[in-house]
Amino acid sequence: MTRPPFQRFLDEHGRPVLAFLRAMVGHHDAEDCFQETFIAALRAYDRMDGRHPRAWVMTIARRKAIDHHRARARRPEPHDELPEVPAAEPAGGLGDLDGEIWSAVAELSEAQRAAVALRFAADLAYREIAAALDCSEDAARRRVSDALRELRRNIDREEALR
Amino acid sequence: MSGLDTKTIAGVLGFEADMGAAAARLAERANREGLVDVAYATLDTPLGTALVANTSRGLVRVMLPNDSVDEIVERIARELSPRVLELPARLDLERRELDEYFSGRRREFDLEIDWSLTKPGFYREVLRTAERKLPYGATASYGEVAAWAGSPRAYRAAGSALGHNPIPIVVPCHRVLRAGGELGNYGGGPAMKEFLLRLEGAVE
Repeated sequence: MTRPPFQRFLDEHGRPVLAFLRAMVGHHDAEDCFQETFIAALRAYDRMDGRHPRAWVMTIARRKAIDHHRARARRPEPHDELPEVPAAEPAGGLGDLDGEIWSAVAELSEAQRAAVALRFAADLAYREIAAALDCSEDAARRRVSDALRELRRNIDREEALR
Repeated sequence: MSGLDTKTIAGVLGFEADMGAAAARLAERANREGLVDVAYATLDTPLGTALVANTSRGLVRVMLPNDSVDEIVERIARELSPRVLELPARLDLERRELDEYFSGRRREFDLEIDWSLTKPGFYREVLRTAERKLPYGATASYGEVAAWAGSPRAYRAAGSALGHNPIPIVVPCHRVLRAGGELGNYGGGPAMKEFLLRLEGAVE
């Protein structure tokens, strides 16, 4: 299979991957993970899944996000945040609601966060989400819907604290 | 229970920011790690936007203005390696020398050349010969170049080799004319060939 030029691969998938990573590890650390992801993708480019290239690179991105959290958990410096919770940052425009959504995302489990991030940050179709999560399309829909329910609960809790 | 709609959630989480700086830093890091088989960059010339590409061995491709950057990059991916990234920093020297050439401040290029995109054998020899033996401001006929390359009668093959030159300007196929002095063919079109010959003072 002829692979497209990597520059084109980067142009096509870079932004959704960056959005996905922001949801997974927060704005501050997303770029580091972005570099790690695409360096790994470039190394493994020969083995790319040609049917689902975006799901393929999202899978790499997710692994890098997990690695990132593990590395943070191991670091001896004191920090206030739990390893599972990425720094929340408002994306702009909606003020408080923005911050609530990011915080609520941060509170999800890794698996639920991944489902939400793939669907709402990276805007993947369910067929691709299924490929990224290695499950059926039906299962992908269920996971997203379950995660969304949990996200809404978290948002309500955030709102109640105001 | 929040009825917060998915459109709002997607609007916040999917907020698109600029990837440009991250992509540039990625290309530089990939290069440091030896992962960029082919690097390319565009440059402005009096004739329009050109493109140059190199491998670790040297300059491998020059795209003349008005060809399509996307198409050339696709072909590079097919013919050389898909590990191709835009990386101006690695093409600094090539871009500078071509700039100097177009502004009349340079007559000879001192660039390493990667001949991988040329057909091995006689075709490659024709192009190497042109690069070595045809200086700025001079011209030669297809027959002469064929003779230099070792087959005096193979002027048609020489013409074909020069017509498939992947590194125009630096490998000076524009300096090769028909025996009668007519300009002959040129990949970038006759107007471009004439422009380059005039620039070099080879024609009035």
